[in-house]
Amino acid sequence: MTKSLLFSFIFHSLVIFLTMLTLPFMMREPIDLPPIVSVELIEIKDKTFIPYAPKARKIIEKVKDEKKRVVSEQAPPAAKAKEKPDRIPMPEDKKEIKELLKKKQNPEEIEPQIRQASEFEKEELFDTNEIAALIDKAKEEQAETQRKKDKLTQSSVKNSFAQGLSLSEEDALRAQIFGCWSVPLGLPYDKNLLVRIKLKLKPDGRILKSEILDHARMNTPGQSFYKILAESALRAVRICQPLKVPPTGYERWKEIQLNFDPTEMLKG
Amino acid sequence: MKKIFFALVLSIFTLQNAYGLITVDITRGNLDPLPIAVSPLHVDSKSEKIPSFETSTLGEEISKIVEKNFKSTGLFNPLKKDSFVQKPDIAHLKPRFEDWRLIKAQALVTGKLLIIDKKLKVEFRLWDLTAAKEMIALSFTTTPNNWRRVAHIISDKIYERLTGETGYFDTRIAYVSETGPKNRRVKKLALMDQDGFNTKYLTLGNELVLTPRFNPTNQLVTYLSYFKNMPRVYLLDIETGVQEVVGNFPGMTFAPRFSPDGKKIIMSFAKDGNSDIYSMDLETRVVEQITKHPSIDTSPSYSPDGKYITFNSDRSGLQQIYVMRSDGTQVKRITHGSGLYGTPVWSPRGDLIAFTKVRKGRFYIGVMRSDGTGERLLTENFYQEAPSWSPNGRVLIFYRETKSDSKGKGFSAKLWSIDITGYNERRLKTETDASDPSWSSLLSN
Repeated sequence: MTKSLLFSFIFHSLVIFLTMLTLPFMMREPIDLPPIVSVELIEIKDKTFIPYAPKARKIIEKVKDEKKRVVSEQAPPAAKAKEKPDRIPMPEDKKEIKELLKKKQNPEEIEPQIRQASEFEKEELFDTNEIAALIDKAKEEQAETQRKKDKLTQSSVKNSFAQGLSLSEEDALRAQIFGCWSVPLGLPYDKNLLVRIKLKLKPDGRILKSEILDHARMNTPGQSFYKILAESALRAVRICQPLKVPPTGYERWKEIQLNFDPTEMLKG
Repeated sequence: MKKIFFALVLSIFTLQNAYGLITVDITRGNLDPLPIAVSPLHVDSKSEKIPSFETSTLGEEISKIVEKNFKSTGLFNPLKKDSFVQKPDIAHLKPRFEDWRLIKAQALVTGKLLIIDKKLKVEFRLWDLTAAKEMIALSFTTTPNNWRRVAHIISDKIYERLTGETGYFDTRIAYVSETGPKNRRVKKLALMDQDGFNTKYLTLGNELVLTPRFNPTNQLVTYLSYFKNMPRVYLLDIETGVQEVVGNFPGMTFAPRFSPDGKKIIMSFAKDGNSDIYSMDLETRVVEQITKHPSIDTSPSYSPDGKYITFNSDRSGLQQIYVMRSDGTQVKRITHGSGLYGTPVWSPRGDLIAFTKVRKGRFYIGVMRSDGTGERLLTENFYQEAPSWSPNGRVLIFYRETKSDSKGKGFSAKLWSIDITGYNERRLKTETDASDPSWSSLLSN
């Protein structure tokens, strides 16, 4: 009996001890009362009687003026032709696009009246997106995206050709093949002289495989000139190798199609 | 479900766009001469010996002729033989392409010759060195004395295979050979290979001869000579040497030329200060008057299809070029530029007319389209005229005279050729001074 009483006592004590340890929130702290602040109630009038600070006003107005001027100097976006991002430029377009790129990349050439604001001025600019973000937290993300878009103006043109070769890359390749291609002179001027050759390239620009796409024309009666033309084009590609391909982006140009057409040249 | 399908299709298309094949347009090339290696033809050890015929050097000689022909076109650059690394016999079996590419050759000609049963057998192969494959292989058998012609035929076949155009090496040129001082020139009718070899004289030089023209089969030549002090059109058979006066005209006939089928001769007939164009059928001897105009109509030339005739006339006051139907109807003036135009000749391709133009005392050889547009003056000189087309319509041959001093010294007449591009102007070597050239068609056709 005494034994069972002892066990009961020990276990109950343990439970009480554990409860004391694990339930500290149950222990109440004494209430910490804030100190009492005394407030004097006064009557509010229509006009203030505080003496006016002219110097401070001047500074405020000056800042306001500067902000206005900077905003007015920001150029409107220059009018330019829309460019499809996936368009491979035609040779005659090339020059125009090149010039556009040049203008964008060289601020010295931009005339003063359409000058873009400098980085320093940009900091002072009145950014409505940021204000909106201040007012509405939900618009913060939107403002961030907008800022990113603005930064992309220079590289977006380049990115638009990311699927193909850039203009300079294409020009380099074209110029290289121009030099290698001996055009046969006995070609009829009034026939279709387009030879399409598909190439599989190695990363160093050497040719892995070459294929004439309109192969059937090679043996068509009355089209014997086509065989000679196609052979001359193949010869040009082989003489030229390794082709001047970009050092990077092998996946992009590992397969390439060359369209040989001497019509323009022969008609002179 | 439909939306999912649509999205799937759209994504496939966008993927295709993202990895679309890069295409680059090549619209220009170069016109640099094609580097070609012409290996000397290997002389087979089984070859028979023929008295007074040197066989051992024949392979070398044939390759030299081929090289010379190629060089004269301006389209090929035959490489020096010193740089060749492979022997002719081995090269002919299977060239080591890498070795030939090392010397920057793009095409290679190899060959072998053999004299068997007193016949010369020559075979050749053309190799594309960049593609490492054979492009053409042919063999010819002929009498040994014909070896120069074999070299020209080989040149034609290679030219055709590489340019897509028929060649013009196995051809002849008829011309007027001139000797003696300017005021007492002896003029003979002469014939030579296009490279200036094998010259033959067809007349003795007793009578003045002018304007020889080949017939389409190259067996006959029609020309102008004097009969009883009267200029007349003659016909000469080259093989037999038989000649005859064409037609029984009661006056001067001149400026003859064959029709494209060779059945007619077209010429001018002058009577009482007026000359008109006539044609005569060589079989029936029927004469037909084609132009009827009180002005000087001369230098007629048929279009290759025989449907049209171009000629020059002074009916507008100044000598200009006209085109009409071959029956004389629908006469149309095609030149309107300043200066005088003469000697129109229709190209064998039919697209161009070559002419001589005189303006401010200078002579020009030019070409224009058959409607008179696209006039291009190819060469200018003190005196030059009488263009004649190569059979492929790519080259013009004409003659040029130099100015003589007050004593008549310094005068010369030479044959020249020029490409219709205006490039590659070359002088043709002739044994004597030469004028009035006429280019034959291909002999091997």
